[in-house]
Amino acid sequence: MSKQITRANIAKDEVPIAHRRYRKVLIVTVLLTSIVAVVPLVIMTGINFRQYRNAFNFEITRPMLRFVALGQQSMATFLSQRHAMLERIARENTLAELQSSDTLTGILADIQTTYTDVIDLGLIDDRGVQISYAGPHDLRSRDYAFFDWYRQLRVGGSSVSDVVTDYTGVPHFNMAVQHRGDDSHLFTLRAAVDANAIHWLGNFETFGYRDHGSRCQGCHSLGVQASSDAFLINGSGVLQTPSLHYGQALAPSLLPSLPARSEATLVELEDGTGQALIVSYADVAGSPFRVVLVSPRTALHAGSMSLRRDLLIFMGVSILLIVAVVIGGSTYVVNRAREADLKRAVYYHELEYANKMAALGRLSAGVAHEINNPIAIINQSAGLLRDLMTWSKERPSREKILSLTNSILNSARRCGRITHNLLGFAKHMEVEHEKINLDRLLREVLGFLGKEASYRQIEVAFDYSGEPPSVVSDKGQLQQVFLNIINNAFAAVEDGGRIEIGIDPLDEHSVAVSITDNGAGIAEENLAHIFDPFFTTKEGSGTGLGLSITYGIVKKLGGSIDVTSEVGKGTRFTITLPTGEPDA
Amino acid sequence: MHEQGLRVLIVDDEQELVSAIGERLGLRGFRTKGVTSGEAALDYLAEHSCDVVLLDVKMPDLGGLEVLKRIRQLHPDTQVLMLTGHGSRRDAEEGMRLGAYDYLVKPVSIGVLCRLLQDAGSHAKKDHTET
Repeated sequence: MSKQITRANIAKDEVPIAHRRYRKVLIVTVLLTSIVAVVPLVIMTGINFRQYRNAFNFEITRPMLRFVALGQQSMATFLSQRHAMLERIARENTLAELQSSDTLTGILADIQTTYTDVIDLGLIDDRGVQISYAGPHDLRSRDYAFFDWYRQLRVGGSSVSDVVTDYTGVPHFNMAVQHRGDDSHLFTLRAAVDANAIHWLGNFETFGYRDHGSRCQGCHSLGVQASSDAFLINGSGVLQTPSLHYGQALAPSLLPSLPARSEATLVELEDGTGQALIVSYADVAGSPFRVVLVSPRTALHAGSMSLRRDLLIFMGVSILLIVAVVIGGSTYVVNRAREADLKRAVYYHELEYANKMAALGRLSAGVAHEINNPIAIINQSAGLLRDLMTWSKERPSREKILSLTNSILNSARRCGRITHNLLGFAKHMEVEHEKINLDRLLREVLGFLGKEASYRQIEVAFDYSGEPPSVVSDKGQLQQVFLNIINNAFAAVEDGGRIEIGIDPLDEHSVAVSITDNGAGIAEENLAHIFDPFFTTKEGSGTGLGLSITYGIVKKLGGSIDVTSEVGKGTRFTITLPTGEPDA
Repeated sequence: MHEQGLRVLIVDDEQELVSAIGERLGLRGFRTKGVTSGEAALDYLAEHSCDVVLLDVKMPDLGGLEVLKRIRQLHPDTQVLMLTGHGSRRDAEEGMRLGAYDYLVKPVSIGVLCRLLQDAGSHAKKDHTET
């Protein structure tokens, strides 16, 4: 028997195709799983980055706006207090009183107890000439008619000048109010305010103390970056207070001109040196002053850059891990699947063989009888020959000896034919395509069942005319298919039943072989399951694998199998086979 | 060896086997008759009496078991020895149940066959004398 179907045999045959197939499965699995795992990670990381950056920016810019708003408010308070002071002096004194320098000096001394930053006081007539003065310099008769702040008085009734360092050598700014006296004369009261008082936006309590050249103390306490710069500028961008990075008071700030804003506003810009900045600013109403807070953008970006780097590292490491796990896992699973498939193929092959042997086993009664009969003839003929030689007085005739030896030879030939058929049947396990005469093949298969048919008076009819077409297929497997089905037909019919075998060429590419019995038939609820593995109605005697294996073989040979049945009338199996070699 | 010789009817569908066994038993003193079908055996027994029938179980048309049933019905004096192939041993046992004297599995040795025929024959004679 050619039971040489080993794992190695099957593996060798199937490896090239299987290898490609599993490789493709592996690649597709790895790609799909990776995409499904990595894409959401990338999207989430991107969203996270944006959210963090926005929150981060907000954390940096909000204190800047608050800082500037507070500065603006403090400056406004500072100016309005001094403005009210001037208004009060103008209201409570007559023009004549104010024209007296002694009176004015007294008033100055009085207000300096409250406002130490007020340097001097002056009364200006409606032509712009200072007619009375109290203070450290001799500024009586000074003409202010062409000063900007004086001209602004005509419009608003009060004004605040830019910070100047004129002949006095002290940085200061002028505040003035216009007042109409009892005699309808218009006069102006002017005070010079020491600019040092607003060097840190006028209010030390709110913003803390700041040394020149050191870090912004107030900034830190308000949550503004320590590298920020806070100062006042006027409408032309000239520094009104000293700055950390843009020089002393009265130096140009190098900042581009920005539109007036009464609310704290944030802009991103570049200064004259090309440095990227975030600037928060607000104008102080009724004055030329603008509160400015400048932070370098790099400080802002340094935070988001490190955030971006951290997120990129996290994402990179995660992707590497995911891909490594996916590749490892998929390789493992696909390898296991391949091993399982290979094992299954081997088991299936063994199962097919076992089925064929079982089918042959079922024929053994007939085969034993077929072999026993000629052996019995040989036995008795030889025995008779010896009897004649031993017991007869005269030698047996030449005819007698010839007839007996012919009997022996014929019987021996009969035995040989049976064993030859049987061996031929069992050995065809390797798939080998050859041209097969269907009529001869069917008759060979029936040869094993011929005796049973005759003992049970089962009529086997070949129902076709003409030369039946031949097919290119595997002989051993076709034998198995027909043996399984014809065996079933023999089992289905009663003694005296009928089995019809038909061969119908369908077209030049296919041929149908039908095996019809007039036996018990198959119940409709069972008909759908007869090709399922382990489905059997022969409780205790069948494995339920015969038709399942038959189905598998027919599929493998590129054909199809169909069954129709009616209970009590019989069953017809139709096997359609390709006449040519099946596509591998 | 037998003054009168047992009358043996050999029934088998193989003509060559029937004639070879017949001749060998003849040489050993049996009176034999060979037929190749169940019908022929029943026909023969309808007209002739016989001590032992050597009956093949598997035969086309009328099978051995059917023939055995009819012999036991029609000719209760006649003993039946069943002759079977390996695969039909179960049929032979069924034959025993139906009243066969014994069964033999092919191929049989002539010595064993003779002894069983003698036993069956003396059994038949005994039955005969009792009735």
